[in-house]
Amino acid sequence: MDTHRHLDDELSSLRDRVLLLGGEAEQALERAMYSLSERDTDVARQVLDHDDQIDHLEVEIDRQCIDIIALRQPAARDLRFVISVAKMAPVLERIADHACNIARAAIDLNNEPELKSLLDVSRMSEHALKMLRGALDSFTSNDAITAREIIKSDSEINDLYNHTFHRLIELMVTEPATATRDARLLFVAKHLERIGDYVTDICELTVYMAEAAFIKHTN
Amino acid sequence: MAVRDLDFFYGRVQALHNISLEIPERIVMAFIGPSGCGKSTFLRTLNRMNDVIPGTRVGGQVLIDDHDIYASGTDVVELRRRVGMVFQKSNPFPKSIFDNVAYGLRINKVTSSSSELAGRVEQALKDAALWSEVKDRLKTSALSLSGGQQQRLCIARALAIRPEVLLMDEPASALDPIATSKIEELIFDLKKQYTIVIVTHNMQQAARVSDTTAFFLLGKLIEVNSTEKMFTAPNEKLTEDYITGRFG
Repeated sequence: MDTHRHLDDELSSLRDRVLLLGGEAEQALERAMYSLSERDTDVARQVLDHDDQIDHLEVEIDRQCIDIIALRQPAARDLRFVISVAKMAPVLERIADHACNIARAAIDLNNEPELKSLLDVSRMSEHALKMLRGALDSFTSNDAITAREIIKSDSEINDLYNHTFHRLIELMVTEPATATRDARLLFVAKHLERIGDYVTDICELTVYMAEAAFIKHTN
Repeated sequence: MAVRDLDFFYGRVQALHNISLEIPERIVMAFIGPSGCGKSTFLRTLNRMNDVIPGTRVGGQVLIDDHDIYASGTDVVELRRRVGMVFQKSNPFPKSIFDNVAYGLRINKVTSSSSELAGRVEQALKDAALWSEVKDRLKTSALSLSGGQQQRLCIARALAIRPEVLLMDEPASALDPIATSKIEELIFDLKKQYTIVIVTHNMQQAARVSDTTAFFLLGKLIEVNSTEKMFTAPNEKLTEDYITGRFG
């Protein structure tokens, strides 16, 4: 039936677009962290310059979701997929925004003497990237079991953040001269912690899409 | 209303297979399914409209207040008074608007005076959301009404004898979107007083008007669920395939 093939084509195109957005967010985070760890300001600026394209992709996905709902009236699993994508796209865009904030922090930090250590911030970013990749994979394969496991693993980022927070506060007290740099690094850690929360949102949407279960705010 | 293990045969062809279903009071239940799945046949078993088709046979029970409507001695005229029906194509009699609505009341000798008759006609037309459009021309022919108005007149005719259940067989399939919207609003209002069972090919209409939806396929009842659940996360894969248009 032609109309259903058209719907399938549109859903497939929507899936490709949201995965593209996910890939862009992942790359933005990876490059922002690279610019911080390798003190590469050019890469940080590239992350910022690329953000408009990510914003544009989010708007395209929004439009495509609205068109499918208005013109195709999807139901059941198709409806759950479109709703999940519509809610997922702004979350991915927000992750890219946090990557931009990390890139801005990197530009500032790269203008100052090098920090002795990034403490657990590098580990946080590795974990956030692993969570994000896993979340996009579980979305692609409609895998609610993996999505639930990723949600649980967010506590590791939270623990790392708490540890980093206390270490940086200690450093600010004991070495006030580097307090500005420590504060910037603290913001980076906070952005990574928020990215973990956003990945959790993505996984909750995958569980809804796969099982029609609302697990948001259910601990 | 409850249906127990219902089978239905056109001659040797079995059209319905072992259907059991509860229809609670004062809800709208929609029957959906592809053409030929048996949903209209099933609807007609609920007030024995299939009796008029030669060679048909029914097994199982349809219970209203614990009485099987297929039990011997059932007064079929009284049954159809309690379980009214509106058809796909509006079928007003070539009489005045008033006489169309009064018809059932007169032949059933329901009213004792002309003023009571007029009151019942007015109430039925009001219940069918048609009164304001026809109150000044009750003596004109029903055939002068638009398609949507004719269908609401048929609903008024069914309501005049105050049924408990109203069966609707694709009542808006021949109407334009505005007339369809009026019928749907009417269904929404009527469920406060009546139990409504509607057969529709339009799945969005089923989603809009019904509280519960039943999906039929090849003469079998595949799934009954709340309409909300049916259209977002049905239990059966066959239902999901049909709802999402990936069927056949």
